[in-house]
Amino acid sequence: MTTKAVQNPAKPMPAGKGGYWHKLGVDLGKNKWLYVMLIPGLIYFLVFKYLPMWGIVIAFEDYSPFLGPFQSPWKGFYWFQRFFSTSKWVTYLSNTLILSLMSIVFTFPAPIILALMLNEIRNMHYKKLTQTLLYMPHFISIVIVVSITYVVFGTDGIMYKLTTQLLGHSIDYLGDPGVFRWMIVGQAIWKETGWGTIIFLAALTNVDTQLYEAAMIDGANRAQRLWHITLPAIRSTIVLLLVLRMGSVLDTGYEHLILMSNALNRSVSQTLDVFVYQNGIVNGQLSYTTAVGLMKSLVSVILVVTSNKIAHALGEEGLY
Amino acid sequence: MAKKKIDETTVQVNGKTVTVGSGPVGVYRTPGSIAFDTFNYLIIGLAAFTTVLPIIYIIFNSFATELELQTRSMFIIPHTWSTDAYKYIFASNKLIRAFGNSVFITFFGTLINLFFTVTMAYPLSKKFLRGRKPILNLVIISMFFSGGMIPGYVVVSSWLGLRGTYWALLLPGAISAYNMMIVKNFFQGIPQELEESASLDGCNDMMTLIRIVLPLSLPVLATFGLFYAVGHWNSYFPAMIYLKDDKMYPLQLILRNIIVTAEASASDMSLMDPNFVEPPKQSIKMAVIVVATVPIMCIYPFLQKYFVKGVMVGALKG
Repeated sequence: MTTKAVQNPAKPMPAGKGGYWHKLGVDLGKNKWLYVMLIPGLIYFLVFKYLPMWGIVIAFEDYSPFLGPFQSPWKGFYWFQRFFSTSKWVTYLSNTLILSLMSIVFTFPAPIILALMLNEIRNMHYKKLTQTLLYMPHFISIVIVVSITYVVFGTDGIMYKLTTQLLGHSIDYLGDPGVFRWMIVGQAIWKETGWGTIIFLAALTNVDTQLYEAAMIDGANRAQRLWHITLPAIRSTIVLLLVLRMGSVLDTGYEHLILMSNALNRSVSQTLDVFVYQNGIVNGQLSYTTAVGLMKSLVSVILVVTSNKIAHALGEEGLY
Repeated sequence: MAKKKIDETTVQVNGKTVTVGSGPVGVYRTPGSIAFDTFNYLIIGLAAFTTVLPIIYIIFNSFATELELQTRSMFIIPHTWSTDAYKYIFASNKLIRAFGNSVFITFFGTLINLFFTVTMAYPLSKKFLRGRKPILNLVIISMFFSGGMIPGYVVVSSWLGLRGTYWALLLPGAISAYNMMIVKNFFQGIPQELEESASLDGCNDMMTLIRIVLPLSLPVLATFGLFYAVGHWNSYFPAMIYLKDDKMYPLQLILRNIIVTAEASASDMSLMDPNFVEPPKQSIKMAVIVVATVPIMCIYPFLQKYFVKGVMVGALKG
């Protein structure tokens, strides 16, 4: 009996006795350092990710920082109703959607096209040099991007002077609401297109070159090879990124927008994000803006799930 | 039909000579193909040039004199060179202090990031660990749903009382869930035998991590350390909403206040040495932009391959 027990130390616990928590207790003793190491990360996620989720409760209160979340008066869905009772929410929502759709239409395909073009370049020195230059703006902060824009497109700037000379009239690049969205999209294209090619170029390195050789022997020309071999190779990457992008259709990059928005272009620069920042952090309407933010998050989750379903329906792997 | 050859391997196919390229488009060089290539090289070159042109323009113009900036409407290389703008911005220690603050935040922020990321990723890389699944789910859910901007702000500023301290900049982003998952996957790929031999030699899990696992993961840690560091260096938003004392402001926030916020620019400028003759605003702005951009520009070419590698690691997993 005793020898058998020694030979078989990892014998499973008798059923019924020592459930999950007991086993966990045993494991805690055995792997104590692993559990100790988990503590900082776990605390981090609970405090900085899950406590704010619980903090959404202030959307249903008239939250005051002095009273705290437990003492502040309960308001139910008051803030949600209030948001929809002003007609302004239509403006915020349409500003958000227009900007987002513009950025999907223009900034999403840009890296794909650039990656396909880079992929056709066979001079490795030229490729390396241009890639180095194209990746660079990704590392430049948004403050600097906007600052450069101010200096170049402001009334003292070279672009302002150039357009005034060429067109005979000036364009207020920084104030005109009609130009605002194009400036935002242009900045995003300048900053991220080059960097965005990396993921597609990585996918393209996995393409079997024999496919190209076989296609050539079958008489496929360059355009046909691009269409039938190269594009299908990055198809799933494109779908995956599009799924991700659809999930953030209501996110408009507020860190970028609040730098570019001013009194003149307010009619188009006020997106949901900017509204939340402006009224929540600047003006202190914390409950109201939490409610708006919550609606935004919920819509985003629904959008991710839906577009993931669509991706599956198209026979792609999708996000999960 | 004359077909030009390029310098790649030549193979015989059906009696015809076909050149096979190193890239995907080893080809017969038809005129259309040559035209396409010429066009392609030109467009890529143009794109790369437009990408760097604004930066080159800013750097050169920051050395221009006031007179030249006002009289010549458009130029890239100035006739006369002047460092007045730089003398002006370094006349007060405001910018130097902000630079120091940014270095401080970047250094300690990255250290905190790496500590939290590694200590969480390592235990989670052990498949036998109990409670691993629920914790991983906790992490994954947080990638899809968050409390939003305002609850996060309320937690950090009033519930934790971190407002006005650097902790508000360093702690809320201590772990990027995405980076942590990639590091975890990397740890999982390290051969189990190496760690077992260490534990036979009497190392506990902590020692195994420090002595065996971390040295093997240096490239990955360097890559993510760099991503975190660039993030800290470039961020302005947390500093803007959490810091009260402008002596604590990082460089990006000072830059924003000088250039973007028109109202603030006047007061910011007056804080600088009043005895100094004021050069044109335009060149001061450019000089400040250059000072804030140069550190990244200097290290970027050397570290580019690490950055690219970081994206690749994520791409292969994703």
